[in-house]
Amino acid sequence: MKNRIAAITAVLAIALPALAGSGGGPAPQFTLTARDGRAVSLAQYHGQVVMINFWASWCGPCRQEMPLLDSIYRKYHKLGFTLLGVNVEPDSKAADDWLKDRPVSFPILYDKESKVSKLYDVAGMPSTVIIDRSGKLRTLHQGFKPGDENEYLDSIRSLIRE
Amino acid sequence: MQLTGEARGARTRCAAGLSPFTRTLVTLCALAAPALGGVLPEDRADVLWHVYKGGDITIQGPSVLVRKKVGDNLSLSANYYEDMISSASIDVKLSASPYHETRRQESLGADYLHGKSTYSAGFITSKEPDYKANTSYFAVSQDMFGDLTTVTLGYRRGWDRVYKDQRNSVTGQVEHVPLPSNNGLNQASADHRGYSLSLSQVLTRNAILGFNYELLTDQGYLANPYRQIRYLSPGHGQGFTPADQVYPNTRTSSAASAQLKYYLPYRAALTGKYRFFHDTWGILAHTVELDYAHPVGKHWTFDGSLRYYRQGAADFYSDLFPRANYQNFMARDRELAAFHSYTVGAGGSWQFAMPGVPSLGKNSINVRVDHLLVDYSDFRNALLAGTYGAGNEPLYELNANIFQVFVSIWF
Amino acid sequence: MRVSPGLPSVSLTVKLMRAAAAALLLAALAGCAAPTPWVKPYEREHFADPIMSFNRDPVSSTYLQHVFETREGARGATGSVGGGCGCN
Repeated sequence: MKNRIAAITAVLAIALPALAGSGGGPAPQFTLTARDGRAVSLAQYHGQVVMINFWASWCGPCRQEMPLLDSIYRKYHKLGFTLLGVNVEPDSKAADDWLKDRPVSFPILYDKESKVSKLYDVAGMPSTVIIDRSGKLRTLHQGFKPGDENEYLDSIRSLIRE
Repeated sequence: MQLTGEARGARTRCAAGLSPFTRTLVTLCALAAPALGGVLPEDRADVLWHVYKGGDITIQGPSVLVRKKVGDNLSLSANYYEDMISSASIDVKLSASPYHETRRQESLGADYLHGKSTYSAGFITSKEPDYKANTSYFAVSQDMFGDLTTVTLGYRRGWDRVYKDQRNSVTGQVEHVPLPSNNGLNQASADHRGYSLSLSQVLTRNAILGFNYELLTDQGYLANPYRQIRYLSPGHGQGFTPADQVYPNTRTSSAASAQLKYYLPYRAALTGKYRFFHDTWGILAHTVELDYAHPVGKHWTFDGSLRYYRQGAADFYSDLFPRANYQNFMARDRELAAFHSYTVGAGGSWQFAMPGVPSLGKNSINVRVDHLLVDYSDFRNALLAGTYGAGNEPLYELNANIFQVFVSIWF
Repeated sequence: MRVSPGLPSVSLTVKLMRAAAAALLLAALAGCAAPTPWVKPYEREHFADPIMSFNRDPVSSTYLQHVFETREGARGATGSVGGGCGCN
């Protein structure tokens, strides 16, 4: 009986929603087509800190986040950091139209068949993962609220120093 | 339920030494996704002008809505609404004289987002010369199961003051007079309580289902003080004599509705709705509605809708009672009669982007027209009693046109 | 309640406690999401389309509901909260 109660208490403690889980484990590899037509794969960036942002033009918080991601990219991309914006829409027209209005300087990749979204188990929009220099998944962040960019910056700074 | 992802292995590993029952519970938790949070409604401003014309009544006025986020978690909204009424309706012609009056309604609301829950509260106050109504409401909305499901519980409370106005034939002033069946008093009150449960469920990539249940209870003076019943009185006047309505002082009603929205592949939305209603007054009603929204190009959206409503009369309703004091509750209010109603509506919307303000071009100018036809089965045109005889007048039919024009801005 | 010696059995009390614990846990889980969503977040683009919103033009739909409610006996379950009025 006591074991059961202890188990239920432990389970309830585990059940509390966690915002940023620590991943652990290698980041799944993939190759996608970029906006300019060339093939881009995650393997190209081995040795750098990679941030992957899953976004869609129809998602409000995603659109809100883009300019902040752009400034993070501009600041750190010469220090061994890169940002990949993975667009999850099956039809890229809406995303292209939006990017014409609000261009960003980091690479945009199209995941039209949701292959990479499934690989990374995307459970919310937007989703941001940060991969360290050795290719390990280090942070998973779901959703976006103003102020979250500070968490990104903290993770990026500590991972760049590794 | 599926077990997914080696990435979640860390959580299930610590449960290895437990009984099958506990392991199942832990597995359920291992699927727990991080808290995502719901989304507050967007900031917007809408200005509407509405016109209702039918049955010799014209009601028109503005409705202005403003909604703005304050901080990240709070959205405030305010609405101002007016009905300017010019009435010479069949009921008014029968027992009173044409009147003009204005009803003003103001409301304030707040929505607070915390994680996956949204807490809403608001207050609505309505004022017209012979009716003052205050309503407050509170609701909690929760997103669950990967945000595919939203459950909302709501509670509302209303306090009304009812009066009857009449123009004094001597002074020419409009004043409060005693209400019928109210012990000679000039004022009465009515209280309302409502409980609601709604559920919205994403079914597939293209379909979403909404379900709504609402229980409402009223207590107090629930009658329309201007309307009267009539009873057969051969040889007197038109063959009938008017008398005061007597309503029960309580009413409890239950309504349940379901709504299915389906996204058509060429970009259009089809909605089907059904509502069932019944109450302690014996009214049974069915509502069926079909709506279709069809965008054309980047700037236009066209809407069409069809609504059918069927109602059975209240137990104490009759168009013509056989004699005076026939039963303890009596009403001739046509809202409680048996009837069928058909509404056809069409609307057009032109979307535009504000120059210099980046948006998806959602601002819009909208026009909508609805035609309402109400076919009464047991409410007769008593004005024609002289021609046809009391009780043999043709059944009343109401035709009305509803016109709306509004501008919506997102910021 | 007689229990056969040598055979493990589960008493009614334990069964009820399990059911209660499961119910409590499900209630707690409601906040953290249990079954895997069959429509993924990246597959929900259609629901972001304004034409798929349950209440696209609140001023207009609230007004129409008010028109119907003042002329009909039925009320409720429409999704909009209206104030009272003495509308005839």
